[in-house]
Amino acid sequence: MAAAVASQAVAAMASVAGIAVSLASSSSSQVARLQLTTPAAPSSFGIGRCHLLTRSSATSDFGSTAPKKHAVSKVATNAVVVINSDNYGSALLYFSHELLLFEALREGLEEELDRDPTVCVIGEDVGHYGGSYKVTKGFAEKFGDWRLLDTPICENSFTGMAIGAAMTGLRPVIEGMNMGFLLLAYNQIANNCGMLHYTSGGQFTIPVVIRGPGGVGRQLGAEHSQRLESYFQSVPGLQMVACSTPYNAKGLMKAAIRSENPVILFEHVLLYNLKEKIPDEEYICCLEEAELVRPGEDITILTYSRMRYHVTQAAKTLVNKGYDPEIIDIRSLKPFDMYTIGQSVKKTHRVLIVEECMRTGGIGASLRAAIMENFFDELDAPIGCLSSQDVPTPYSGPLEELTVVQPPQIVAAVEQLCMRG
Amino acid sequence: MKKGCMSSTMKLAASFPLTKSSRSLLSPLEFSTQSSGNNIESRIPWRAWTSVKNHHGKQQQHMRPPSGTVAAYSAQSEEQPQQQEEEKTADEQKTKAREIVVEIPVDYDLHLLESAPSRSSVTNSEDLMSIYHEMSVIRRVEITADMLFKSQQIRGFCHLYDGQEAVCVGMEKALNFDDSVITAYRDHGIFIGRGGTIFETFSELMGKRTGCANGKGGSMHLYKRENNFWGGWGIVGTSPPLGTGLAFAHKYLKKPNVVVAIYGDGAANQGQLYEAQNLAALWELPIIFLIENNHFGMGTAEWRASKKPAYYDRISYIPGVKADGMDVFAIKEAFQYCKEYCLGGKGPIMLEADTYRYHGHSMSDPGSTYRSRNEIQGIRRERDPIEHVRKIILQEEIATKEELKDLDKQIRRDVEDAAAKAREAEQPRDDELFANIYKKDSGLIAYGCDRKKTRIQMP
Repeated sequence: MAAAVASQAVAAMASVAGIAVSLASSSSSQVARLQLTTPAAPSSFGIGRCHLLTRSSATSDFGSTAPKKHAVSKVATNAVVVINSDNYGSALLYFSHELLLFEALREGLEEELDRDPTVCVIGEDVGHYGGSYKVTKGFAEKFGDWRLLDTPICENSFTGMAIGAAMTGLRPVIEGMNMGFLLLAYNQIANNCGMLHYTSGGQFTIPVVIRGPGGVGRQLGAEHSQRLESYFQSVPGLQMVACSTPYNAKGLMKAAIRSENPVILFEHVLLYNLKEKIPDEEYICCLEEAELVRPGEDITILTYSRMRYHVTQAAKTLVNKGYDPEIIDIRSLKPFDMYTIGQSVKKTHRVLIVEECMRTGGIGASLRAAIMENFFDELDAPIGCLSSQDVPTPYSGPLEELTVVQPPQIVAAVEQLCMRG
Repeated sequence: MKKGCMSSTMKLAASFPLTKSSRSLLSPLEFSTQSSGNNIESRIPWRAWTSVKNHHGKQQQHMRPPSGTVAAYSAQSEEQPQQQEEEKTADEQKTKAREIVVEIPVDYDLHLLESAPSRSSVTNSEDLMSIYHEMSVIRRVEITADMLFKSQQIRGFCHLYDGQEAVCVGMEKALNFDDSVITAYRDHGIFIGRGGTIFETFSELMGKRTGCANGKGGSMHLYKRENNFWGGWGIVGTSPPLGTGLAFAHKYLKKPNVVVAIYGDGAANQGQLYEAQNLAALWELPIIFLIENNHFGMGTAEWRASKKPAYYDRISYIPGVKADGMDVFAIKEAFQYCKEYCLGGKGPIMLEADTYRYHGHSMSDPGSTYRSRNEIQGIRRERDPIEHVRKIILQEEIATKEELKDLDKQIRRDVEDAAAKAREAEQPRDDELFANIYKKDSGLIAYGCDRKKTRIQMP
């Protein structure tokens, strides 16, 4: 039934998009699965290599957008891209162009700045310098100094300033040059940003996006290798997402800007130069949704951000050893997409969480508790959780590698979990 | 505010509104060369120094010191901290050395002060040679760190200090190792000035066990507790509040010592600074807030980040001095003045050093997108701190050009030897990952309510 509703919605959307659709239902998943063909350029993408799944609550028109060069004007929402096991990390839809992750962020930001004049960027060296990771390069010339505001080094006050501006109706995008610097603005984010919609009885909304690179990089030292998702996760009122590919980076950036709630978008210092082909047409990703990276039967591996790549690397070894892991990039760190995760747990009955947070009080700790609470009867083994060590990240290269989860540890953990029961 | 160096900057900054077109065209050097009629004669000293008189006021016959002096220096270059102690104890050596009086060309700007630091500095040949040596070592260490970063021996972030050597060397001439110094991430020079060896510096930069933080800190976390060097911090604006805490402890324990908290023009807009300065003034703590104003906060020039690009006079209840940060003697005199002020129990004082960094903000910043190469080369030509001292040495005939060149070569060899030795040093062992998280390394252990029987290792 759900499949029928979904297929109708999908067919409606696809016919508007002008592409032929052939529907095939799958017995293992509850959603419709369709293959895309396009008469215009059959060789421009891999037929049969990629599937577009939609939920039953799919599609809506996002108002009047005027994309510059896109062939279609419908936006595919709630789209979950499923990539087959032989082609990790690349989503080839019809017309596409290749770019790096920071360029995808830039594209998403540019489209939103074009679309809505109340969107502005506030941060250190975002304007004339072009952004310390080049995410806002060229914007100051195009949009002006007020919309790309170069601030002095005062995170507490400019975050507070952005929140105050958001209360009146602007939609600022706050950039922390490194997520660790936003600790200076923790009071503003926790007290003012997260709580205000509640304490004002719904009068004020704070449609800010707080973004910046975090995570353990290449020997950046303890203060610049922080994972703030574990500190922010218990602040009510905030939404947190972590991007991991150019495709979801652009989609999540756009969705976060359009969202009425405060969203923290966690980027990763080491992922800025990932290359991928993304669609030419405008799209956004759902903020609360997880991404299925690889379907499988034996064990569910939940991960996000940089650890996704360690997991996919470990999966190659696991496949050679005969295991069939299902890899889900949870993407939404707050709230968790318990639907996708639950579906997966009901299928595989074993869970391994691989994260970059510290063991104590990290995302994995909360996720473990949530899965145990909701799906205890489905589990055949205790939930495994691989996280970084509870250490300030050392500068020394070999020690830093020991701090973070490495692929051999993931393989060993999967083997151990699959042996039980 | 006393009319002085900064007024020309402020006037021009006020006449250029903040528009897209006004980016990065104004610079400390460029509007002095424009000579638009502002008060620039004290802005950039076009001659390195004016005149050198002995303390009697008349020209003495110049006597060449024995030629063994420079050679003695280069042989002792490895044992520099011991050498400083030798100098302190051997008083008869000092009185034999000829006194030289160096004039300081650039006037001081004062805020809430009646007197100014001295415009002339008394030094001697050994002092001059040790200053030259120290600054050259720091310059060479920074250049070597640049090369090591590019060959990926040093990774992560590397913020270089070349161009600003006069500040830390002048500071150390006025302080001793019982005074405390705390700074931000541009700390290689200050660490060496505080007695850190070059080998320790390179080891820490390369993440080796022999580094001052056992390789776990890196470029931004150099510490030396026994010489009261408190770091080495990555977050902008950390040093003033922590420095205020050090000064609180000094006063609490009744120590006759001063604290120097160093921050930059970029950090001068952090809120925690003003809180710390209020506390220091409220409780009259013996702290000197040193502002190393190199005019750029990464890519943002000071006039684009600060409404008022002057930092020594921002607080109406804390006095301040502004000195030429490229002149080591100006900094030394200013520090002596500030230290006397603080130890007289009058509370904190701000000292702004007008300096410049040749490299970009860090190794990942080319340093030329927001300022012109002309400006960098111009400052190097006109205001380089090592050249200033070199000219005095040559004029006073303490050493010849060839001897200085030999000294430079010796320093270069020593620094490169230290780097090579550090490269050979060993990496930290794996079990050091968990060392020093807690003092006694108790780990995280939870006890059950039956205390002794149930112990659980917490994650």
